[in-house]
Amino acid sequence: MNRLVEPSTGRVILDGDDVASLPPSALRRSVGYVFQGIGLFPHMHVGENIAIGPRLAGNPIGEARIGELLELVELEPAMASRMPDELSGGQRQRVGVARALAGDPKLLLMDEPFGALDPITRDALGERVRALHDRLGLTSVMVTHDMTEALLLADRVLVMDAGRIVADETPAALLAGAGGDIAQGLVAVPRAQAEKLAAMEQ
Amino acid sequence: MNGFWDHLLGLGDKLAAHVVLAAAALALGIIVALPVAVWASRSQTVARVALGFASLVQTVPALALLALFFPILLSLRAVFGEGLPTLGFLPALLALALYALLPILRNAVTAQANLDPGVLEAADGVGMTKWQKLRLVEAPLSAPFVMAGIRTAAVWTIGAATLATTIGQPSLGDPIFAGLQTQNWALVLAGCVASAGLALVADFLLGLVERGFATRTRALWLGGLVAVVLGVGAAFASQMEYGEDERVVIGAKTFSEQLILARLIGQRLEAQGYQVEYRDGLGSAIAHNAVASGAIDILVDYTGTIWTNQMKREDTPPRDAMYAAIVQWERETSGTHVLGRLGFENAYGLAMRGEDATFGQFESIADVAARGQDMVIGGDPEFFERPEWIAVRDAYGLKFKAQRNFSPTFMYNALKSGEADIISAYTSDGRIAADRLTVLEDPRGAFPNYDAIVLVNSEAAADKELLQALEPLVDAIDVTAMREANFSVDREDDKLSPAQAARRLAERIGR
Repeated sequence: MNRLVEPSTGRVILDGDDVASLPPSALRRSVGYVFQGIGLFPHMHVGENIAIGPRLAGNPIGEARIGELLELVELEPAMASRMPDELSGGQRQRVGVARALAGDPKLLLMDEPFGALDPITRDALGERVRALHDRLGLTSVMVTHDMTEALLLADRVLVMDAGRIVADETPAALLAGAGGDIAQGLVAVPRAQAEKLAAMEQ
Repeated sequence: MNGFWDHLLGLGDKLAAHVVLAAAALALGIIVALPVAVWASRSQTVARVALGFASLVQTVPALALLALFFPILLSLRAVFGEGLPTLGFLPALLALALYALLPILRNAVTAQANLDPGVLEAADGVGMTKWQKLRLVEAPLSAPFVMAGIRTAAVWTIGAATLATTIGQPSLGDPIFAGLQTQNWALVLAGCVASAGLALVADFLLGLVERGFATRTRALWLGGLVAVVLGVGAAFASQMEYGEDERVVIGAKTFSEQLILARLIGQRLEAQGYQVEYRDGLGSAIAHNAVASGAIDILVDYTGTIWTNQMKREDTPPRDAMYAAIVQWERETSGTHVLGRLGFENAYGLAMRGEDATFGQFESIADVAARGQDMVIGGDPEFFERPEWIAVRDAYGLKFKAQRNFSPTFMYNALKSGEADIISAYTSDGRIAADRLTVLEDPRGAFPNYDAIVLVNSEAAADKELLQALEPLVDAIDVTAMREANFSVDREDDKLSPAQAARRLAERIGR
């Protein structure tokens, strides 16, 4: 969607424009992107990392805005002067989200953003991002292998198989059995886990 | 080691020249290596070709690489015109820069290849253009590794720059080569200590820069860089002062006699108010080309050497005919003026220990050809490549058990200690008499004459006063006087410097 990978067939339309017709670097600056590997720049402190997008776009942001963004992801504004390797994994990914939001994007792309985090941090951060999504009125696209995460956070779930969309349903519809075999196979895993857990509790 | 400190403190201008040369070569190396490294990080083929080439260059001995630039630049004159210098600063700069390429290139390429792919993807993901990615992410993350490469290159370059002496570029190699020749160990040591000290200082300062980059401490890298720039700047400024005046440059090859005669000529010119500079330690072929091309102004050369090596002649005509032909040839090919013969001959001759010659009844080269198959022959590094040797070998059908190369100074020691049984001696060498050596006769006249002659570059020869100042040296030095002067520099005890020996020689010949 931000042309880090070019589609082999089909088109991606963003605000009425085919992204293939937009210059890649300008396109990427207008889309908030949270990376799988977090991808903070190790030689820049947290503030610089957050401010990099607007700086590249030619309208740099000040300390106040950096502080605001840090607060948005529930981090201390004082953290702006720390280096990335001084932070925990969860803190780093929060910085990653703050960086993605720095340019006031309408679209937030997340590529397995919480994959490397422990379950508790992961859960909390997922909730947090969902809340930001609601508050800022974003369009968010998140890629995940974790069906539970998808069902709990999303309004709409697309199931991909071998590069093709095989289901496009709401979480409620998926839980009700819609979307075909592949989608149901994925939904069956957390459901079975939940049933096992419930059985153990009795 | 008396005089060590005097020698060391007297190396100021050599040190400055050395710093300027090494810094310029390193800068050129960096300017070439960094863009190539960036290109190589985007293309496997470029990386392979560039690293392969740089490694290949590294396998060429530095001495050969420096010398190779002479013919290369000479052929490039067809493109850039006759003004292109073929000796001195330019070839030294190019060869050393080529030498500096590998460590910088290898470290830069490795650093780029080892960058975290996640960080590179992030750079694309936040919308960096290629140039922004290079400037903001790749360059700062690679900087400490690139700096480590530059540091290695700096130490190599400073070391290899001592060899620039052999192609006529002043450097800290001057005292090393001059000292090795005359067995003046204090002078050799002074040159080595100065060069090693310079390398250590450069390594320390560049190390600061490297650490500053790695820990992102601006004070550290900026401080290191400023110190380097100030040092190079000071050296450059002092070189500019030296470079501005009009100096007469007198060349000398690698042996004592050349050093003494260069001083003898220099002292006469200084007495006439000329500013004089010496280029010592030039290779034989390079020295002649240097005077012909104007890289140096004055050189003492030998008729036989020019006859066989420059004119490629194989016959050995009588003395005067050969001399006349050389005068004409020099005038016609390069306009070089032959001032005249100094009056003595420094021929190649084959010499043996006196007692061996007596005991084995060796009198002429023919005797050695007949009965010397078990002997080991020693020669100076050029001897066995020289056409004279080939001519003599073929004329007598010489065969030896082995042939070994020694620097001219050590050749006599090798003969004394038995590591060689017969050597290519120089007939004006004081050690022939001192070591009681026998020079074998050459009944077939296979060795040509080697009259010492003074060559003056065409431009310098336009200065009539300069020629007049040197005129009295023509036919003034006989072989005994020259041997004595040579020996006063070569002997182990009570050694004279070439300059002192030149003054004694001037007194002795009454000029």
